Amino acid sequence: MKHLLTTQGLSKDDAILLLDTSAQMAATQSRENKKLPTLRGRTVVNLFYEDSTRTRISFETAAKRLSADVINFSAKGSSVSKGESLKDTALTLHAMGADAVVVRHSASGAAHQLAHAGWLDAGVLNAGDGMHQHPTQALLDAFTIRRHLVGNVGEDGRGTDTSAGADLAGVRVAIVGDVLHSRVARSNVYLLHTLGAEVTLVSPPTLVPVGVETWPCRVSYHLDETLEQWQPDAVMMLRVQRERMSGGAGGAFFPSPMEYSRKFGFDARRLAVLPDHAIVLHPGPMNRGLEISAAAADHPRSVIVEQVANGVAVRMAALYLLLAGTDERNAL
Amino acid sequence: MNPGSRMPESSAPSSPTPGTNPTPAGAAEPTTAARTVLGEADIARALTRIAHEIVERNKGAADLLLLGIPTRGVQLAHRLAERLAQIEPSFGGEYGTLDVTMYRDDLRRQPTRAVGQTVLPGSLDGTIDDKVVVLVDDVLFSGRTIRAALDALNDLGRPRVVQLAALVDRGHRELPIRADYVGKNLPTSRSERVRVRLSDVDGGADSVVISGVTP
Repeated sequence: MKHLLTTQGLSKDDAILLLDTSAQMAATQSRENKKLPTLRGRTVVNLFYEDSTRTRISFETAAKRLSADVINFSAKGSSVSKGESLKDTALTLHAMGADAVVVRHSASGAAHQLAHAGWLDAGVLNAGDGMHQHPTQALLDAFTIRRHLVGNVGEDGRGTDTSAGADLAGVRVAIVGDVLHSRVARSNVYLLHTLGAEVTLVSPPTLVPVGVETWPCRVSYHLDETLEQWQPDAVMMLRVQRERMSGGAGGAFFPSPMEYSRKFGFDARRLAVLPDHAIVLHPGPMNRGLEISAAAADHPRSVIVEQVANGVAVRMAALYLLLAGTDERNAL
Repeated sequence: MNPGSRMPESSAPSSPTPGTNPTPAGAAEPTTAARTVLGEADIARALTRIAHEIVERNKGAADLLLLGIPTRGVQLAHRLAERLAQIEPSFGGEYGTLDVTMYRDDLRRQPTRAVGQTVLPGSLDGTIDDKVVVLVDDVLFSGRTIRAALDALNDLGRPRVVQLAALVDRGHRELPIRADYVGKNLPTSRSERVRVRLSDVDGGADSVVISGVTP
Protein backbone atom coordinates (compact mmCIF):
# COMPACT_ATOMS: atom_id res chain seq x y z
CA MET A 1 0.00 0.00 0.00
CA LYS A 2 1.64 3.23 -1.10
CA HIS A 3 -1.26 5.70 -1.01
CA LEU A 4 -4.72 5.78 0.51
CA LEU A 5 -6.74 7.95 -1.83
CA THR A 6 -10.15 6.38 -2.18
CA THR A 7 -12.24 3.50 -0.90
CA GLN A 8 -13.48 2.81 -4.40
CA GLY A 9 -11.37 -0.05 -5.68
CA LEU A 10 -9.93 -0.86 -2.25
CA SER A 11 -9.83 -4.65 -2.12
CA LYS A 12 -11.71 -6.51 0.58
CA ASP A 13 -8.48 -8.04 1.88
CA ASP A 14 -6.83 -4.64 2.20
CA ALA A 15 -9.92 -3.21 3.89
CA ILE A 16 -9.99 -6.03 6.45
CA LEU A 17 -6.24 -5.70 7.00
CA LEU A 18 -6.76 -1.99 7.71
CA LEU A 19 -9.56 -2.78 10.18
CA ASP A 20 -7.61 -5.56 11.92
CA THR A 21 -4.54 -3.35 12.22
CA SER A 22 -6.77 -0.60 13.60
CA ALA A 23 -8.00 -3.00 16.28
CA GLN A 24 -4.42 -3.69 17.39
CA MET A 25 -3.65 0.03 17.38
CA ALA A 26 -6.78 0.70 19.43
CA ALA A 27 -5.63 -1.91 21.97
CA THR A 28 -2.39 0.02 22.53
CA GLN A 29 -4.33 3.23 23.17
CA SER A 30 -5.79 2.00 26.46
CA ARG A 31 -2.30 1.68 27.93
CA GLU A 32 -0.70 4.17 30.24
CA ASN A 33 2.09 4.70 27.71
CA LYS A 34 0.29 5.21 24.40
CA LYS A 35 3.34 5.92 22.30
CA LEU A 36 4.89 3.33 19.98
CA PRO A 37 8.36 3.68 18.43
CA THR A 38 7.28 2.29 15.07
CA LEU A 39 7.66 5.33 12.77
CA ARG A 40 10.54 7.02 14.55
CA GLY A 41 12.47 9.24 12.18
CA ARG A 42 9.70 9.45 9.58
CA THR A 43 8.06 12.75 8.76
CA VAL A 44 4.34 13.22 8.21
CA VAL A 45 3.10 16.50 6.74
CA ASN A 46 -0.49 17.58 7.35
CA LEU A 47 -1.30 19.65 4.27
CA PHE A 48 -4.68 21.26 4.90
CA TYR A 49 -6.18 23.60 2.32
CA GLU A 50 -9.57 23.47 4.01
CA ASP A 51 -10.51 24.20 7.59
CA SER A 52 -10.50 21.12 9.74
CA THR A 53 -10.08 20.61 13.42
CA ARG A 54 -10.93 17.03 14.20
CA THR A 55 -9.40 15.35 11.15
CA ARG A 56 -6.15 17.29 11.45
CA ILE A 57 -5.88 16.70 15.20
CA SER A 58 -6.74 13.05 14.67
CA PHE A 59 -4.00 12.58 12.06
CA GLU A 60 -1.55 14.56 14.17
CA THR A 61 -2.31 12.44 17.24
CA ALA A 62 -2.01 9.22 15.22
CA ALA A 63 1.37 10.20 13.75
CA LYS A 64 2.70 11.30 17.14
CA ARG A 65 1.52 8.09 18.84
CA LEU A 66 3.67 6.23 16.30
CA SER A 67 6.63 8.54 17.03
CA ALA A 68 6.67 10.19 13.59
CA ASP A 69 7.51 13.88 13.31
CA VAL A 70 4.52 15.99 12.31
CA ILE A 71 4.56 19.20 10.35
CA ASN A 72 1.29 21.09 10.09
CA PHE A 73 0.80 23.15 6.99
CA SER A 74 -2.47 25.01 6.66
CA ALA A 75 -3.28 27.19 3.72
CA LYS A 76 -4.23 30.16 5.82
CA GLY A 77 -1.24 32.27 6.75
CA SER A 78 1.12 30.26 4.54
CA SER A 79 2.73 30.60 1.13
CA VAL A 80 -0.55 29.40 -0.37
CA SER A 81 -2.22 32.68 0.57
CA LYS A 82 0.55 34.34 -1.46
CA GLY A 83 -0.53 32.34 -4.50
CA GLU A 84 1.71 29.25 -4.44
CA SER A 85 0.39 26.36 -6.53
CA LEU A 86 -0.17 22.81 -5.26
CA LYS A 87 2.74 21.70 -7.43
CA ASP A 88 5.21 24.14 -5.90
CA THR A 89 4.05 23.27 -2.41
CA ALA A 90 4.52 19.58 -3.23
CA LEU A 91 8.02 20.18 -4.56
CA THR A 92 8.86 22.06 -1.36
CA LEU A 93 7.60 19.17 0.77
CA HIS A 94 9.59 16.73 -1.36
CA ALA A 95 12.74 18.79 -0.86
CA MET A 96 12.15 18.75 2.89
CA GLY A 97 11.96 14.95 2.88
CA ALA A 98 8.35 14.24 3.79
CA ASP A 99 7.63 10.51 4.03
CA ALA A 100 3.85 10.89 4.01
CA VAL A 101 1.55 13.75 3.12
CA VAL A 102 -1.93 13.95 4.57
CA VAL A 103 -3.87 16.22 2.28
CA ARG A 104 -7.25 17.92 2.51
CA HIS A 105 -8.29 20.09 -0.40
CA SER A 106 -11.51 21.66 -1.63
CA ALA A 107 -10.91 20.33 -5.16
CA SER A 108 -12.01 16.77 -5.88
CA GLY A 109 -9.02 14.80 -7.15
CA ALA A 110 -6.35 16.94 -5.45
CA ALA A 111 -5.00 13.95 -3.52
CA HIS A 112 -4.86 11.82 -6.67
CA GLN A 113 -2.98 14.58 -8.48
CA LEU A 114 -0.52 14.92 -5.61
CA ALA A 115 0.09 11.17 -5.54
CA HIS A 116 0.47 10.56 -9.26
CA ALA A 117 1.88 13.74 -10.78
CA GLY A 118 5.44 12.75 -9.88
CA TRP A 119 6.01 15.82 -7.73
CA LEU A 120 6.94 13.84 -4.66
CA ASP A 121 7.60 10.24 -3.76
CA ALA A 122 5.90 10.33 -0.36
CA GLY A 123 2.85 8.27 0.46
CA VAL A 124 -0.32 10.32 0.13
CA LEU A 125 -3.29 9.99 2.46
CA ASN A 126 -6.48 11.63 1.34
CA ALA A 127 -8.06 13.46 4.26
CA GLY A 128 -10.94 14.71 2.16
CA ASP A 129 -10.91 16.10 -1.37
CA GLY A 130 -13.85 18.30 -2.35
CA MET A 131 -17.03 16.30 -2.72
CA HIS A 132 -15.14 13.14 -3.67
CA GLN A 133 -13.65 10.90 -0.95
CA HIS A 134 -12.63 10.79 2.69
CA PRO A 135 -11.34 7.22 3.09
CA THR A 136 -10.13 7.28 6.70
CA GLN A 137 -13.54 8.53 7.85
CA ALA A 138 -15.21 5.62 6.07
CA LEU A 139 -12.70 3.21 7.59
CA LEU A 140 -13.33 4.50 11.09
CA ASP A 141 -17.08 4.24 10.53
CA ALA A 142 -16.70 0.66 9.30
CA PHE A 143 -14.40 -0.11 12.21
CA THR A 144 -16.92 1.30 14.70
CA ILE A 145 -19.77 -0.62 13.07
CA ARG A 146 -17.75 -3.85 13.05
CA ARG A 147 -16.78 -3.53 16.72
CA HIS A 148 -20.38 -3.06 17.79
CA LEU A 149 -22.37 -5.22 15.42
CA VAL A 150 -19.91 -8.05 14.73
CA GLY A 151 -17.44 -7.86 17.63
CA ASN A 152 -20.02 -7.53 20.42
CA VAL A 153 -18.14 -4.97 22.47
CA GLY A 154 -21.36 -4.05 24.30
CA GLU A 155 -23.17 -0.77 24.58
CA ASP A 156 -20.35 1.00 26.42
CA GLY A 157 -17.83 -0.23 23.83
CA ARG A 158 -15.53 -1.66 26.51
CA GLY A 159 -16.00 -5.36 25.85
CA THR A 160 -13.46 -7.51 24.01
CA ASP A 161 -13.61 -7.01 20.26
CA THR A 162 -14.03 -10.45 18.73
CA SER A 163 -14.40 -9.32 15.14
CA ALA A 164 -10.80 -9.80 13.91
CA GLY A 165 -10.78 -10.86 10.27
CA ALA A 166 -14.54 -10.46 9.90
CA ASP A 167 -16.36 -8.46 7.24
CA LEU A 168 -19.75 -6.75 7.54
CA ALA A 169 -21.81 -9.25 5.58
CA GLY A 170 -25.54 -8.70 6.03
CA VAL A 171 -25.24 -5.53 8.11
CA ARG A 172 -27.74 -2.84 7.04
CA VAL A 173 -26.55 0.75 7.12
CA ALA A 174 -28.72 3.79 6.40
CA ILE A 175 -26.79 6.93 5.45
CA VAL A 176 -29.07 9.91 5.99
CA GLY A 177 -28.87 13.55 4.97
CA ASP A 178 -26.83 15.75 2.67
CA VAL A 179 -25.42 13.07 0.37
CA LEU A 180 -24.78 15.53 -2.45
CA HIS A 181 -22.01 17.43 -0.67
CA SER A 182 -20.72 14.48 1.33
CA ARG A 183 -17.41 12.81 0.61
CA VAL A 184 -18.07 10.77 3.75
CA ALA A 185 -21.13 9.22 2.13
CA ARG A 186 -19.28 8.37 -1.10
CA SER A 187 -16.40 6.75 0.75
CA ASN A 188 -18.75 4.83 2.99
CA VAL A 189 -20.96 3.51 0.20
CA TYR A 190 -18.03 1.89 -1.58
CA LEU A 191 -16.23 0.63 1.52
CA LEU A 192 -19.33 -0.79 3.19
CA HIS A 193 -20.34 -2.45 -0.06
CA THR A 194 -16.86 -3.99 -0.41
CA LEU A 195 -17.17 -5.34 3.13
CA GLY A 196 -20.50 -6.98 2.33
CA ALA A 197 -22.89 -4.55 4.04
CA GLU A 198 -26.11 -3.27 2.47
CA VAL A 199 -26.42 0.49 2.20
CA THR A 200 -29.44 2.73 1.73
CA LEU A 201 -29.00 6.46 1.18
CA VAL A 202 -31.85 8.53 2.60
CA SER A 203 -32.00 12.10 1.41
CA PRO A 204 -34.30 14.75 -0.02
CA PRO A 205 -34.29 14.49 -3.83
CA THR A 206 -32.46 17.82 -4.10
CA LEU A 207 -29.53 16.47 -2.10
CA VAL A 208 -29.05 13.25 -4.07
CA PRO A 209 -26.15 13.52 -6.51
CA VAL A 210 -26.46 12.95 -10.24
CA GLY A 211 -25.21 9.48 -11.17
CA VAL A 212 -26.15 7.88 -7.86
CA GLU A 213 -27.74 4.97 -9.77
CA THR A 214 -24.22 3.72 -10.55
CA TRP A 215 -23.35 3.47 -6.84
CA PRO A 216 -23.68 0.09 -5.13
CA CYS A 217 -26.55 1.13 -2.87
CA ARG A 218 -30.28 1.90 -2.69
CA VAL A 219 -31.77 5.38 -2.49
CA SER A 220 -34.83 6.44 -0.52
CA TYR A 221 -36.49 9.82 -0.09
CA HIS A 222 -38.35 8.83 3.08
CA LEU A 223 -36.60 8.43 6.42
CA ASP A 224 -39.52 7.07 8.48
CA GLU A 225 -40.40 4.50 5.85
CA THR A 226 -36.80 3.28 5.63
CA LEU A 227 -36.38 3.02 9.39
CA GLU A 228 -39.65 1.15 9.89
CA GLN A 229 -39.61 -1.18 6.92
CA TRP A 230 -35.92 -1.80 6.33
CA GLN A 231 -34.85 -1.86 10.02
CA PRO A 232 -31.20 -0.75 9.60
CA ASP A 233 -28.56 -1.98 12.09
CA ALA A 234 -26.70 1.31 11.92
CA VAL A 235 -27.84 4.83 11.06
CA MET A 236 -25.22 7.28 9.90
CA MET A 237 -26.34 10.89 10.00
CA LEU A 238 -24.58 13.33 7.69
CA ARG A 239 -23.94 16.96 8.46
CA VAL A 240 -25.96 19.47 6.42
CA GLN A 241 -23.09 21.31 4.77
CA ARG A 242 -24.53 24.78 4.72
CA GLU A 243 -21.18 26.33 3.81
CA ARG A 244 -21.47 24.57 0.45
CA MET A 245 -25.05 25.77 -0.13
CA SER A 246 -25.54 29.25 -1.54
CA GLY A 247 -28.32 31.56 -0.46
CA GLY A 248 -30.49 31.39 2.63
CA ALA A 249 -30.53 28.85 5.41
CA GLY A 250 -30.81 25.77 3.21
CA GLY A 251 -30.05 27.48 -0.06
CA ALA A 252 -32.08 26.14 -2.93
CA PHE A 253 -31.95 22.62 -1.51
CA PHE A 254 -34.69 22.62 1.12
CA PRO A 255 -37.34 25.17 2.14
CA SER A 256 -36.37 25.67 5.76
CA PRO A 257 -34.22 24.09 8.48
CA MET A 258 -37.38 23.29 10.40
CA GLU A 259 -38.84 21.31 7.52
CA TYR A 260 -35.56 19.46 6.95
CA SER A 261 -35.38 18.60 10.62
CA ARG A 262 -38.97 17.27 10.63
CA LYS A 263 -38.47 15.02 7.63
CA PHE A 264 -34.80 13.99 7.86
CA GLY A 265 -33.68 14.84 11.38
CA PHE A 266 -32.87 11.94 13.70
CA ASP A 267 -34.44 12.12 17.13
CA ALA A 268 -35.43 9.88 20.06
CA ARG A 269 -38.73 8.98 18.39
CA ARG A 270 -37.02 7.66 15.28
CA LEU A 271 -34.39 5.93 17.41
CA ALA A 272 -37.15 3.98 19.16
CA VAL A 273 -38.23 2.49 15.82
CA LEU A 274 -34.86 0.79 15.30
CA PRO A 275 -33.91 -2.71 16.48
CA ASP A 276 -32.41 -2.84 20.00
CA HIS A 277 -28.84 -3.45 18.81
CA ALA A 278 -28.82 -0.55 16.32
CA ILE A 279 -26.22 2.19 16.66
CA VAL A 280 -26.16 5.83 15.58
CA LEU A 281 -23.14 7.43 13.92
CA HIS A 282 -22.27 10.97 12.87
CA PRO A 283 -18.96 12.08 11.33
CA GLY A 284 -19.10 15.43 13.14
CA PRO A 285 -19.23 18.30 13.60
CA MET A 286 -22.92 17.96 14.47
CA ASN A 287 -25.60 20.55 13.83
CA ARG A 288 -27.64 19.71 16.93
CA GLY A 289 -31.30 20.39 16.31
CA LEU A 290 -30.92 20.19 12.53
CA GLU A 291 -29.94 16.72 11.37
CA ILE A 292 -29.75 15.17 14.84
CA SER A 293 -31.47 16.03 18.10
CA ALA A 294 -29.55 16.36 21.34
CA ALA A 295 -31.48 13.42 22.81
CA ALA A 296 -30.38 11.14 19.96
CA ALA A 297 -26.80 12.43 19.92
CA ASP A 298 -26.35 11.81 23.64
CA HIS A 299 -28.25 8.51 23.72
CA PRO A 300 -26.35 5.41 24.96
CA ARG A 301 -26.71 3.88 21.49
CA SER A 302 -24.98 6.83 19.89
CA VAL A 303 -21.31 5.97 19.22
CA ILE A 304 -20.35 9.45 18.04
CA VAL A 305 -17.73 10.06 20.73
CA GLU A 306 -16.25 6.60 20.25
CA GLN A 307 -15.91 7.35 16.53
CA VAL A 308 -13.41 10.08 17.40
CA ALA A 309 -11.28 7.69 19.47
CA ASN A 310 -11.47 5.04 16.75
CA GLY A 311 -10.40 7.67 14.21
CA VAL A 312 -6.99 7.89 15.85
CA ALA A 313 -6.57 4.09 15.76
CA VAL A 314 -7.64 3.87 12.11
CA ARG A 315 -5.25 6.65 11.09
CA MET A 316 -2.43 4.98 13.00
CA ALA A 317 -3.16 1.80 11.05
CA ALA A 318 -3.18 3.67 7.73
CA LEU A 319 0.10 5.43 8.52
CA TYR A 320 1.65 2.15 9.65
CA LEU A 321 0.61 0.24 6.55
CA LEU A 322 1.76 3.05 4.26
CA LEU A 323 5.05 3.87 5.94
CA ALA A 324 6.39 0.70 7.55
CA GLY A 325 7.85 -1.81 5.16
CA THR A 326 10.11 -1.50 2.17
CA ASP A 327 9.61 1.01 -0.60
CA GLU A 328 8.46 -1.66 -3.03
CA ARG A 329 4.83 -0.85 -2.47
CA ASN A 330 1.97 -0.97 -4.87
CA ALA A 331 -0.28 1.97 -5.50
CA LEU A 332 -3.67 1.42 -4.03
CA MET B 1 13.84 -39.60 10.87
CA ASN B 2 11.27 -37.45 9.21
CA PRO B 3 11.02 -38.23 5.50
CA GLY B 4 11.44 -35.17 3.34
CA SER B 5 8.21 -35.80 1.49
CA ARG B 6 6.24 -34.70 4.56
CA MET B 7 7.48 -31.13 4.35
CA PRO B 8 4.48 -28.85 3.70
CA GLU B 9 4.26 -26.57 0.69
CA SER B 10 4.73 -23.51 2.86
CA SER B 11 8.46 -24.01 3.26
CA ALA B 12 10.59 -21.18 1.94
CA PRO B 13 10.84 -21.18 -1.85
CA SER B 14 14.60 -20.75 -1.71
CA SER B 15 15.11 -24.06 0.09
CA PRO B 16 15.27 -27.07 -2.16
CA THR B 17 12.88 -29.94 -1.59
CA PRO B 18 14.87 -31.87 0.94
CA GLY B 19 15.96 -35.39 0.41
CA THR B 20 14.19 -35.94 -2.86
CA ASN B 21 16.25 -33.71 -5.19
CA PRO B 22 19.32 -35.28 -6.71
CA THR B 23 22.32 -33.11 -5.87
CA PRO B 24 23.00 -30.91 -8.88
CA ALA B 25 26.25 -31.59 -10.63
CA GLY B 26 29.04 -29.37 -9.35
CA ALA B 27 27.33 -28.53 -6.06
CA ALA B 28 29.46 -30.59 -3.79
CA GLU B 29 27.89 -29.22 -0.58
CA PRO B 30 26.43 -32.17 1.29
CA THR B 31 24.06 -30.05 3.40
CA THR B 32 20.97 -29.95 1.21
CA ALA B 33 18.98 -32.56 3.12
CA ALA B 34 16.61 -31.77 5.96
CA ARG B 35 17.35 -33.31 9.34
CA THR B 36 14.91 -33.67 12.16
CA VAL B 37 16.85 -32.79 15.28
CA LEU B 38 14.03 -32.91 17.82
CA GLY B 39 10.98 -35.13 17.66
CA GLU B 40 7.71 -34.92 19.52
CA ALA B 41 8.97 -36.71 22.62
CA ASP B 42 12.19 -34.63 22.70
CA ILE B 43 10.20 -31.38 22.58
CA ALA B 44 7.88 -32.56 25.35
CA ARG B 45 10.83 -33.53 27.56
CA ALA B 46 12.61 -30.23 26.90
CA LEU B 47 9.51 -28.25 27.85
CA THR B 48 9.03 -30.28 31.03
CA ARG B 49 12.65 -29.64 31.99
CA ILE B 50 12.32 -25.92 31.26
CA ALA B 51 9.19 -25.76 33.44
CA HIS B 52 11.12 -27.34 36.33
CA GLU B 53 14.04 -24.99 35.77
CA ILE B 54 11.72 -21.96 35.86
CA VAL B 55 10.27 -23.06 39.20
CA GLU B 56 13.71 -23.87 40.58
CA ARG B 57 15.32 -20.61 39.50
CA ASN B 58 12.47 -18.48 40.81
CA LYS B 59 11.88 -20.59 43.94
CA GLY B 60 8.26 -21.25 43.03
CA ALA B 61 5.85 -19.63 40.63
CA ALA B 62 4.84 -16.54 42.58
CA ASP B 63 4.24 -13.49 40.35
CA LEU B 64 5.24 -15.59 37.34
CA LEU B 65 3.96 -14.44 33.94
CA LEU B 66 4.65 -16.37 30.75
CA LEU B 67 4.50 -14.26 27.58
CA GLY B 68 4.73 -16.04 24.23
CA ILE B 69 6.04 -14.27 21.16
CA PRO B 70 3.83 -15.01 18.11
CA THR B 71 3.39 -17.30 16.39
CA ARG B 72 4.92 -20.42 17.88
CA GLY B 73 6.12 -18.86 21.09
CA VAL B 74 2.49 -18.50 22.11
CA GLN B 75 1.86 -22.23 21.75
CA LEU B 76 5.05 -23.00 23.66
CA ALA B 77 3.99 -20.59 26.44
CA HIS B 78 0.64 -22.38 26.57
CA ARG B 79 2.33 -25.76 26.96
CA LEU B 80 4.77 -24.43 29.56
CA ALA B 81 1.87 -22.91 31.52
CA GLU B 82 0.12 -26.31 31.61
CA ARG B 83 3.26 -27.98 32.93
CA LEU B 84 3.88 -25.24 35.49
CA ALA B 85 0.32 -25.62 36.75
CA GLN B 86 1.01 -29.32 37.36
CA ILE B 87 4.29 -28.68 39.17
CA GLU B 88 3.10 -25.68 41.20
CA PRO B 89 -0.62 -25.88 42.01
CA SER B 90 -0.53 -22.21 43.07
CA PHE B 91 0.16 -21.23 39.44
CA GLY B 92 -3.09 -20.53 37.61
CA GLY B 93 -1.97 -21.84 34.22
CA GLU B 94 -2.39 -18.43 32.60
CA TYR B 95 -0.15 -17.06 29.88
CA GLY B 96 -0.12 -14.06 27.59
CA THR B 97 0.90 -12.97 24.12
CA LEU B 98 3.41 -10.25 23.32
CA ASP B 99 3.44 -8.94 19.77
CA VAL B 100 6.70 -7.22 18.87
CA THR B 101 6.00 -6.19 15.28
CA MET B 102 5.80 -2.48 15.94
CA TYR B 103 9.09 -2.54 17.86
CA ARG B 104 11.21 -4.35 15.25
CA ASP B 105 14.33 -2.71 13.86
CA ASP B 106 13.90 -4.18 10.38
CA LEU B 107 10.48 -2.76 9.50
CA ARG B 108 11.91 -0.73 6.63
CA ARG B 109 13.81 -3.67 5.19
CA GLN B 110 10.86 -6.05 4.96
CA PRO B 111 7.49 -5.94 3.26
CA THR B 112 4.87 -4.52 5.61
CA ARG B 113 4.11 -6.99 8.38
CA ALA B 114 0.65 -7.46 9.81
CA VAL B 115 0.47 -6.35 13.43
CA GLY B 116 -0.36 -9.16 15.83
CA GLN B 117 -2.19 -9.19 19.12
CA THR B 118 -0.83 -8.45 22.57
CA VAL B 119 -2.96 -10.11 25.25
CA LEU B 120 -2.26 -10.09 28.96
CA PRO B 121 -4.04 -12.60 31.21
CA GLY B 122 -7.24 -11.04 32.55
CA SER B 123 -6.23 -11.48 36.18
CA LEU B 124 -3.40 -8.97 35.75
CA ASP B 125 -5.64 -5.94 35.31
CA GLY B 126 -3.50 -4.70 32.45
CA THR B 127 -0.23 -4.24 34.29
CA ILE B 128 2.96 -6.27 34.43
CA ASP B 129 4.58 -4.18 37.16
CA ASP B 130 6.70 -6.27 39.58
CA LYS B 131 5.98 -9.53 37.75
CA VAL B 132 8.56 -12.18 36.92
CA VAL B 133 8.16 -12.24 33.16
CA VAL B 134 9.40 -15.22 31.16
CA LEU B 135 9.46 -14.50 27.43
CA VAL B 136 8.93 -17.64 25.36
CA ASP B 137 10.07 -18.01 21.75
CA ASP B 138 10.70 -20.93 19.45
CA VAL B 139 14.12 -20.17 17.95
CA LEU B 140 16.74 -17.80 19.38
CA PHE B 141 18.92 -16.57 16.52
CA SER B 142 20.11 -12.96 16.07
CA GLY B 143 18.45 -11.79 19.28
CA ARG B 144 16.71 -8.92 17.48
CA THR B 145 13.22 -10.23 18.17
CA ILE B 146 14.04 -10.39 21.87
CA ARG B 147 15.38 -6.83 21.80
CA ALA B 148 12.08 -5.74 20.26
CA ALA B 149 10.23 -7.75 22.92
CA LEU B 150 12.14 -5.99 25.71
CA ASP B 151 11.09 -2.62 24.27
CA ALA B 152 7.50 -3.81 23.97
CA LEU B 153 7.57 -4.97 27.61
CA ASN B 154 8.93 -1.62 28.68
CA ASP B 155 5.83 0.06 27.26
CA LEU B 156 3.56 -2.28 29.22
CA GLY B 157 5.09 -1.71 32.62
CA ARG B 158 8.10 -2.46 34.77
CA PRO B 159 8.57 -6.15 35.50
CA ARG B 160 10.75 -7.15 38.45
CA VAL B 161 12.73 -9.62 36.34
CA VAL B 162 12.64 -10.62 32.69
CA GLN B 163 13.86 -14.07 31.69
CA LEU B 164 13.99 -15.78 28.33
CA ALA B 165 13.05 -19.33 27.39
CA ALA B 166 13.74 -20.63 23.88
CA LEU B 167 13.07 -24.09 22.52
CA VAL B 168 16.11 -23.89 20.25
CA ASP B 169 19.21 -21.72 20.51
CA ARG B 170 20.97 -21.79 17.15
CA GLY B 171 23.67 -19.20 17.90
CA HIS B 172 24.81 -16.34 15.63
CA ARG B 173 23.76 -13.64 18.07
CA GLU B 174 23.96 -10.04 16.80
CA LEU B 175 23.13 -8.48 20.14
CA PRO B 176 24.27 -9.14 23.73
CA ILE B 177 21.29 -11.32 24.58
CA ARG B 178 21.21 -14.85 26.01
CA ALA B 179 18.50 -17.28 27.02
CA ASP B 180 17.92 -18.35 30.62
CA TYR B 181 16.22 -21.61 29.61
CA VAL B 182 17.11 -23.49 26.43
CA GLY B 183 15.46 -26.62 25.11
CA LYS B 184 18.33 -27.52 22.84
CA ASN B 185 21.52 -25.81 21.70
CA LEU B 186 21.89 -26.37 17.97
CA PRO B 187 25.16 -25.50 16.29
CA THR B 188 24.15 -24.30 12.82
CA SER B 189 25.63 -22.47 9.91
CA ARG B 190 24.05 -19.15 8.94
CA SER B 191 22.88 -20.54 5.61
CA GLU B 192 20.85 -23.27 7.26
CA ARG B 193 17.21 -22.86 8.24
CA VAL B 194 15.84 -24.05 11.54
CA ARG B 195 12.11 -24.61 11.57
CA VAL B 196 9.95 -25.48 14.53
CA ARG B 197 6.68 -27.22 13.73
CA LEU B 198 4.01 -27.52 16.36
CA SER B 199 0.91 -29.65 15.96
CA ASP B 200 -1.47 -26.89 17.06
CA VAL B 201 -0.01 -24.32 14.62
CA ASP B 202 1.26 -26.28 11.65
CA GLY B 203 -0.60 -29.58 11.96
CA GLY B 204 1.26 -32.90 11.95
CA ALA B 205 3.66 -34.01 14.65
CA ASP B 206 5.87 -31.63 16.63
CA SER B 207 9.38 -31.39 15.25
CA VAL B 208 12.44 -29.22 14.86
CA VAL B 209 13.97 -29.49 11.40
CA ILE B 210 17.25 -28.13 10.04
CA SER B 211 17.45 -27.76 6.30
CA GLY B 212 20.47 -26.63 4.37
CA VAL B 213 20.19 -23.91 1.77
CA THR B 214 22.59 -24.05 -1.11
CA PRO B 215 24.28 -20.68 -1.33
